[in-house]
Amino acid sequence: MKQKLTKWRLFTVVGLMALVLSGCGEPFLSTLIPAGEAGQTAYDLMMLSTWIMVGVVIVVSILFAVAVIKFRRKKGDTSIPKQVEGSHILEIVWTVIPILLLIILAIPTVIATFDLADTKAMDKKNEDGTTDALVINVRANLYWWEFEYPNQKIMTSQDLVVPTDQKVYFNVKASDVKHSFWIPAAGGKIDTNVENVNQIWLEFDNEKAADADNLFYGKCAELCGPSHALMDFKVQALPQDEFDQWVASMQAIDAAAAEAAPTDPTAAAGQEVFNQKCLSCHAVTTADARPEPARTAPNLAGFGDREMVAGILEHNEEELKNWIEDPEQYKPGNKMTGTYGELSDEELDQLAAYLMGLKVEQ
Amino acid sequence: MAAEQKFTPQTWPESPEQATLEGKNKFLGFWFFLGGETVLFASLFATYLALKDSVPSDTHAKAADLFELPLVFLMTMLLLTSSLTSVFAMYHMKNYNFKKMQQWLFITVVLGLAFLGCEIYEFNHYYHEYEHKFTSSAFGSAFYTLVGFHGGHVVFGLSWIIALMIRNAKRGLNLYNAPKFYLASLYWHFIDVVWVFIFTVVYLMGMVG
Amino acid sequence: MSTIAHTQKKGFAGTVWEYLTTVDHKKIAILYLLAGGFFFIVGGIEAMMIRIQLAVPNNDFVSAGLFNEIITMHGTTMIFLAAMPLLFAFMNAVMPLQIGARDVAFPFINALGFWLFFFGGLFLNLSWFLGGAPDAGWTSYASLSLASEGHGIDFYALGLQISGFGTLMGGINFLVTIINMRAPGMTYMRMPLFTWTTFVASALILFAFPPLTVGLFMLIFDRMFGSGFFDVSMGGNTIIWEHFFWIFGHPEVYILVLPAFGIFSEIFPTFARKRLFGYSSMVFATVLIGFLGFMVWAHHMFTTGLGPIANAIFAVATMAIAVPTGIKIFNWILTIWGGSIEFTVPMLYAVAFIPSFVMGGVTGVMQAAAPADYQFHDSYFIVAHFHYVIVGGIVLGLLGGAHFYWPLMFGTMLSEKLGKITFVLFLVGFHLTFFIQHFLGLMGMPRRVWTFLEGQGLETGNLISSIGAAFMALGIIVLLVNVVITQKNNVQVGRDPWKDGRTLEWALPSPTPYYNFKQLPLVRGLDAFWIEKLEGKTEMTPAEPIGDIHMPNNSFMPFVISLGLFIAAFGAMYHADEGKGWAIPVLIIGMLITFGAMLYRSIKDDHGYHIHKEELLDDAGKGGTH
Repeated sequence: MKQKLTKWRLFTVVGLMALVLSGCGEPFLSTLIPAGEAGQTAYDLMMLSTWIMVGVVIVVSILFAVAVIKFRRKKGDTSIPKQVEGSHILEIVWTVIPILLLIILAIPTVIATFDLADTKAMDKKNEDGTTDALVINVRANLYWWEFEYPNQKIMTSQDLVVPTDQKVYFNVKASDVKHSFWIPAAGGKIDTNVENVNQIWLEFDNEKAADADNLFYGKCAELCGPSHALMDFKVQALPQDEFDQWVASMQAIDAAAAEAAPTDPTAAAGQEVFNQKCLSCHAVTTADARPEPARTAPNLAGFGDREMVAGILEHNEEELKNWIEDPEQYKPGNKMTGTYGELSDEELDQLAAYLMGLKVEQ
Repeated sequence: MAAEQKFTPQTWPESPEQATLEGKNKFLGFWFFLGGETVLFASLFATYLALKDSVPSDTHAKAADLFELPLVFLMTMLLLTSSLTSVFAMYHMKNYNFKKMQQWLFITVVLGLAFLGCEIYEFNHYYHEYEHKFTSSAFGSAFYTLVGFHGGHVVFGLSWIIALMIRNAKRGLNLYNAPKFYLASLYWHFIDVVWVFIFTVVYLMGMVG
Repeated sequence: MSTIAHTQKKGFAGTVWEYLTTVDHKKIAILYLLAGGFFFIVGGIEAMMIRIQLAVPNNDFVSAGLFNEIITMHGTTMIFLAAMPLLFAFMNAVMPLQIGARDVAFPFINALGFWLFFFGGLFLNLSWFLGGAPDAGWTSYASLSLASEGHGIDFYALGLQISGFGTLMGGINFLVTIINMRAPGMTYMRMPLFTWTTFVASALILFAFPPLTVGLFMLIFDRMFGSGFFDVSMGGNTIIWEHFFWIFGHPEVYILVLPAFGIFSEIFPTFARKRLFGYSSMVFATVLIGFLGFMVWAHHMFTTGLGPIANAIFAVATMAIAVPTGIKIFNWILTIWGGSIEFTVPMLYAVAFIPSFVMGGVTGVMQAAAPADYQFHDSYFIVAHFHYVIVGGIVLGLLGGAHFYWPLMFGTMLSEKLGKITFVLFLVGFHLTFFIQHFLGLMGMPRRVWTFLEGQGLETGNLISSIGAAFMALGIIVLLVNVVITQKNNVQVGRDPWKDGRTLEWALPSPTPYYNFKQLPLVRGLDAFWIEKLEGKTEMTPAEPIGDIHMPNNSFMPFVISLGLFIAAFGAMYHADEGKGWAIPVLIIGMLITFGAMLYRSIKDDHGYHIHKEELLDDAGKGGTH
């Protein structure tokens, strides 16, 4: 029995080290492959604490294994071992050593806590109210994400686009229930509260982003309802020049551009359907001037360029039609189901053609 | 010592509430209970402070608009005095003077009822004059919950003392009911102490702003 | 008189009535064990459903909404309705005997505590049949719990409120019992560790439950009576709920784990035949853990946005708890060091506990590092961590304790052979289930997800985890078989069945007489019974001559008081619904039943009865059964 136990301990310890050393998970999702400074800070602290703790586990396991193996009772042994009351020296040793280890861990913890909370750059406003730092306002909703770029005056949803190699600052909040904003590869999470705005910064290394094909996964980390598990979003981390290009082309989607009829007749018919059934909730221009409570559904400007449909389905017309036909099947408890009545197959085709055609000008 | 043994003032023990094991247990257990109650009220105070003046719009009354010192001062005096009269009652309980104990308890109850009457008037006033309701704002919810929990304690304390007075009216003191009287009075003191904090934190600090 | 009261009713109905009205701590312990065991199995079935759903990606074994109900009920049931009552079972069964008391300080309140817990738990679980269970997680964070439709959250708030009152009463009762009812010579520093941990856990209950009570009241008021504590549009603030929940929730962890530590602290010396190493530092560490337990609640809220100053303070405070916990671990190892270890089933659990719990402890320290916790928080890493603590600490303690104290509670001995099978299945299953979850979390899997998508590298880990869960389930099934077989065979084992019992509870004849000690024992040191045995005695030296024993009367009132609240809760819950005019009358009737029963209890004198000296002398040869 005790051998089995010891082996099991060894197995777990070795397993832990092997897994940690090799790094694991997918580069677009795993906290163990940090994509930038914030993630790296957390990762370094995780590793420091892990190694200290592995050391503790090893020491305890060895002591424990020796005790369990060495002091088994022999068959028929009725002797009574020496009754030891305790040992002051030992007590001091195993009080002081853990305290020292904890101090080693506590100092970088405190430093990193303040580093990661340093969002002073957000407060340095220029005369026109903009900031030099890139600020993104994140608003979490059941079950989608809105990303507003106040300096650039553009808005998007579901696909967050950020430049690499610079700190990106976020204001986060929720509009219905509490969610939590988490891009595991880029760094720690921050809750999106219903009563206040939280701030956080993240950073994406250009090279690390390239390893992940410039695309990271984001998650909701706080239980928010039936489709909590499906409240994913994507993060496109682009080099600065590509990001600037993206911003410019998004800014080009003004009201006039959005209202212009597509050349494709199917898509044009789809636009009509959209204007009738969807436009009251979904905007298709990046400069949506409506106040927050009126923005009850994801902004669809540039939808054709997105990575996923509804954050979870493959980005093609087929899945898009499936989604529009019955959102409840894919995201139970979502707020879209039942708001636009039945759509015929033809209308679905038209809508899909229209939506897939919503691309930014290249 | 049997619980129903008859006593004279001479044989009556010094601390009748703790003369039996049951009495000792009740005494200690009740103190622990009051410890828990303290945490309960501390939580309510914290909530109140967090939500004080937290109203959905400016049309809702805030603390500085609501409270008036004279009434609250009267209530404080009533409750403080009732605490003192319950001390007198316990003094006579310890001296095995049942009749005087009952008299002082009666005065305590009257004062407590007067306090309660003032509180009902006060709530009614806020409700109708200022539209300050339990359901009108977070501030209203927190206010009525804190002060109302205290009021609920007053009601329970009064019922308890009245029940004891009636139940034991004919048979006088013994070691079985002495701890009960003692604990009811202890409870009454606790209610009084909580009120002192409500008076300070809710009313005085509320009027200062 | 006593014999009349206790032998009047026989047969099944008589037994049921006896248990409905009992105020005997040993019988209440059995009630707690039965009810807690039942809820443990319910919670276990819920756990299995979770793991089946998550065994493969995109699974549809349960729907998304149902899944949230299952995880909520799994957590709530296991913490409030399984772990706590099972620990209360051992506290009731063992603690009064360990300190040489005739009963607890308030036998009536003891029974009331049980029935409140039971009716609260029953109410909570009725939600499954009355429109759906709570679905906002066991933490029930306010914005989601207000948004949740149906009555699920109402069941949660009202059910926990009722059972919470019961727990609070239990806590006060144990505190007073330990302070006032110790046998002659049983000084504080001679109390067995299980009594000490019961003492500290009870103190934690006393100070930790009121914040939960207040939080639950606010939730009840917000959902059922139109208040606005957590409603932002009325000026409310949901963070208040988070604070209150965790001001309760963190000490709750220690409320659960300290008594488990206590059980292990009894098992180690017994089967190593060696006194507990560093007794006084163990006591000190217990008290310190209890104290620090109140200083660290905000480490559950590192990502809430409290700011770097609060986060840094709570991070360092949390790390500090590792020190007294470490002291305990090393003391246990040094207890078996140099001992003579016999691997009985309880000892196997105790031995397995050390590495398992250390794993849970060290990941706890890792999370104390706030910036690292921004990554761990609400991911499967957390799920792994707290299951290592709760299963590796508390459940192993409960299973070990069940085997260890079974003879004390039932006079029979669970099969060692089946016990070892349970142990192996459970332990292997436990590590298989939860170890891999650390990595799932690090790989980006959030907690409380109903399903996960393919292609994110999460498939293998989840499948392994689900397989592990099946092993645990098998282990528990074997345990149930073991219990049935043991009770059917009903082989009575007599006094000191483990042969190496050290503390007072083993000095009693088996089954324990209903008045416990005929004469209060004289305690001459730590491990009082062991001291006597070393001098060749088989019983404790009495501290008093045989005399009359004062006993409390049975009472049906605890049941009625609790039933009243149970009824009132339905009224409170349904009164906000359209067309349910009966709800308010039901609320009032329920409260009247409760207060009426309390008044009845208060007015009607109940002096108990005496067992006379002569009867005790008669009982001498028979060992006293009841």
